[in-house]
Amino acid sequence: MTSTIMTQPTAAETRLGWESAEVRRRIRRRHAANRRLRLYGIAAICTAIGLLATLVVSLVLLGSPAFVQTKLDMPVLLNAQHVDPAQPARGNYRAIVRSSFLSLFPEGAAMSPRDQRALFRILSNGAPLAVRDHVVANPGDLGKTVTLSVPLSDPFDQLNKGKIRRDLPENRRTVTDRQLAWFDHLDAQGLISMPFNWAMFFNSDSRFPELAGMAGALVGSFYALMVCFLISFPVGIAAAIYLEEFAPRNRWTDVIEVNVNNLAAVPSIVFGLLGLAVFLNFFNMPRSAPLVGGMVLSLMTLPTIIIVTRAALKAVPPSIREAALGVGASKHQVTLHHVLPLAMPGILTGTIIGMAQALGETAPLLLIGMNAFIVEPPGGILEPATALPTQIFIWADSPERGFAARTAGGILVLLGFLVMMNMVAVWLRKRFERRW
Amino acid sequence: MAYKTLFIAAVAATAFAGAAQARDQIRIVGSSTVFPYTQAVAEEFANSTGKKAPVVESTGTGGGMKIFCQGVGVQHPDLTGASRAMKKSEQELCKKNGVTSITEVLLGYDGLSFATSRKGADMNVTKPQLFLALAAEVPVNGKIVKNPYTKWSEIDRSLPDTKIQVFGPPPTSGTRDAWVELVMEEGCATFDAVKALDKQKHKEVCQRMRQDGPFIEAGENDNLIVQRLEADSSAYGIFGFSFLYENKDKLKGARVAGVEPSFETIETGDYKISRPLFFYIKNAHRGVIPGLTEFVSEYVSEKSMGPGGYLSERGLVPLGGDKRKEVQQNALQSKQMARHAM
Repeated sequence: MTSTIMTQPTAAETRLGWESAEVRRRIRRRHAANRRLRLYGIAAICTAIGLLATLVVSLVLLGSPAFVQTKLDMPVLLNAQHVDPAQPARGNYRAIVRSSFLSLFPEGAAMSPRDQRALFRILSNGAPLAVRDHVVANPGDLGKTVTLSVPLSDPFDQLNKGKIRRDLPENRRTVTDRQLAWFDHLDAQGLISMPFNWAMFFNSDSRFPELAGMAGALVGSFYALMVCFLISFPVGIAAAIYLEEFAPRNRWTDVIEVNVNNLAAVPSIVFGLLGLAVFLNFFNMPRSAPLVGGMVLSLMTLPTIIIVTRAALKAVPPSIREAALGVGASKHQVTLHHVLPLAMPGILTGTIIGMAQALGETAPLLLIGMNAFIVEPPGGILEPATALPTQIFIWADSPERGFAARTAGGILVLLGFLVMMNMVAVWLRKRFERRW
Repeated sequence: MAYKTLFIAAVAATAFAGAAQARDQIRIVGSSTVFPYTQAVAEEFANSTGKKAPVVESTGTGGGMKIFCQGVGVQHPDLTGASRAMKKSEQELCKKNGVTSITEVLLGYDGLSFATSRKGADMNVTKPQLFLALAAEVPVNGKIVKNPYTKWSEIDRSLPDTKIQVFGPPPTSGTRDAWVELVMEEGCATFDAVKALDKQKHKEVCQRMRQDGPFIEAGENDNLIVQRLEADSSAYGIFGFSFLYENKDKLKGARVAGVEPSFETIETGDYKISRPLFFYIKNAHRGVIPGLTEFVSEYVSEKSMGPGGYLSERGLVPLGGDKRKEVQQNALQSKQMARHAM
C-alpha cells in the first residue's frame, strides 16, 4: 500500500518538486515576507523610540534652564536700625536690600527715583525674603556685612541664560539698554553666578517665576496618592478576593464583572464630575483638598486594582488551595494565609502602576479645584493643595518667560517620578515573581 | 492585621471629612485674567502680614460666579474675580442662595491686543474693519449678508494682502466677552445698515463671530496662541496685553486706529481696546473669615492698584485718581453693589 503511494506521486507533486522553479519562487516569497514583517516591526519600534526621544530631548532642552537660577552674590549691610532684634521677621528688609544694592553702583545714590525703580527691577522680589531668612536664622549677624546669594528677577535670569537676545532693538526686549549696562557692570565684578536651583524643589508656587517651585505640588500629590492608596488598595483587594474566591457564578456577579471592566475604561474627567457633584456639592467637603483629590483618584484606580488583583489570584494554582483545604484550613485561612501572600507581588506591581497613572492625572483634579494658586505646602489632607500635573497646568498658562522653562522642568520631574514608580514595579516583579 | 488597620484608617479619613471645618484662609475664585493680579496681592498680603496666603483658583469669570453664588458659609469662596461686570442672572442666583450683600470693586483696565508675528506685515486697523473681518454677518452695500471676506485687502486696500486667519478665545472666556463688547459691537454700530435693524437682529449681527474658518477658537491657553502666531506669520491672535508684552521679541501688536498698544497708550485711553476688571466681595464673610478685610484693603491700596503699584507691573492699567478714590472707599465700607435693580 505505502509503496504504491510513494512510487506513484500525483501529477501535482511531479510538477512541483522541491527543485522546481515554482517552489523555489514560493520559498523566496515566503522568506521575503518574513523579512518584511521583521522590517515593519523594527520600523515601528524606531518610530516609537524616535517620538519618545523627540519628546524627552525637547523637554530637556526647554526645561533644563529651570534647574539653574541666576543669582547675585551681594554684600549686604544688615543695618540694625531697620530690624527690631526682638522681632527679626518683621524688619524692613526691602530698605536693607535696596541700600546695599545701590552701593554696588558708583552713581547709585545720585540716581533719580525713576532710574532707581528701573535698577531695582534687576533684583527679584524674593531678595528681601532671602535676607530676612538669613537674619532669622542668624540673629547675631545684625549690624554686620555678610555676602548673601539673592535671586535676580525673571527678565535678567532669562538674559543671563541667553533667552533674551541683546542684539534686538530696545523696544523688543523686556530689559532696557540701561538695565543691560547695569547688569554687565555686576557681571564684570564677578557677582553674578548660576547655581543649582534648589528653589524649584523647596519653594511653593509664586507669581514670580524665579521664586516658584514645586514643593507644594509634591506634598499635595503625596497626600492625594496616600489617600488614594488607603482607599483603593484595601477596597480593591477585598472586592477582588470576594469576586474570585467566594462569589457564586451567576448573573449578578457577571454584571458586576462587566461593570468593573467598563469602569476601568471610563475617561477620568467623568470621575472628576462625580467628585464635584457628590463629594463637594452634596457632602460639602472642602474644595482643592488632597482628601477629595485622593478620593476621586481612588475611584479611577479602583477598577484597575480589582482587575489586577483578580488576575494575580487566578494565577495561584488550585493545588495550593486544595492542599490547604486538605490539611483542614478554613476558606478564610486558605485565602489570607496562602493565596493572598502568593498573589501579593502581582497585586503590588499592578497597584504601583495604577498609582503612577493617578499621579499623572489632571482632568479630575481641575474640576475639584486642585489647580489653585497656593503659596505654601499643605499641612494635611484637608488643606488646599495643588498636585504635580495641575501645577504644570498653571505654569503653562502664565505669561512670564521663566514659566515656560518651569513647565518643561515640572514635566521632567513628573516623568522622573513615573519612571521611578514603574521601575519599582518591575523590580518587585523580578524579585518576587514565582512561576508555577 | 495590616489590612484591618488600613481599612479603619480609610474609613476614619472619609468620615472625618464629612464634618465641615472652620477656615483660616481666604478663598478666591474667578476670571483667569484677574488671576495674576489676585495672585500678586495674595503673595504680597502673606509676606507683609505674616498671615496665611489666600487660595486663588482660576475658574473663568462665569465659573467663578457660579461657585461664588452658591451660598454663604465656610465652604463657599469669599471673593471672585471677573473680566466683565456681574450679570443680572448671576446676581439673581446669588440672591436665591442667600448671598445678598456684595461689594463690587472696579480694579482697573486690561488691554486686549491684536497681534501677529514679528515677521508678519505691519497692520493699522480700525474697529469697523475688525468687525468686517470677524463677524458672521456683515453689511455690504446696505444689506446684511453672510461674511464674504477672505482676505484683509478685500476689506480695505491699506490692509495686507493675506488671508484672514485669527486665533481667538472660546465663548466661555472673559476675553471673548470683552472682545465682542469692545470691538465687535462698537465696530458694528458704525454701519448705517446695522442702525436700521431691530434690537434682536442688531444684537445677533453685532455679537456673532464667524464660523466659516477665518476665526479660529484656540482654547483658553494664551501661550498656545502665541506659539501658533510664531509658526504662521500671516495669522493674528487675540489675547491679553501682558502676553504681548512678555513676548515682544516675537510678536507685535497691530495699531488700532493708528495707536500702538503699550502700557502708556492703554493708561491714557488712546488705545481703545481695554476692558474693565472687577472683583466681588461677599460681605457676609467679612469678620468671619480671618484676614478678609485686611486682604481687601491690601487689594485696593495705592501701592497695589495705584499708578506705579505692583499690579501695574503685571500689566494692569490703573483707574484715574477720583474714580480710584471712590472705588477704594466703597470697597472698605462694604458698599452694596448697585449694578442691577433687585
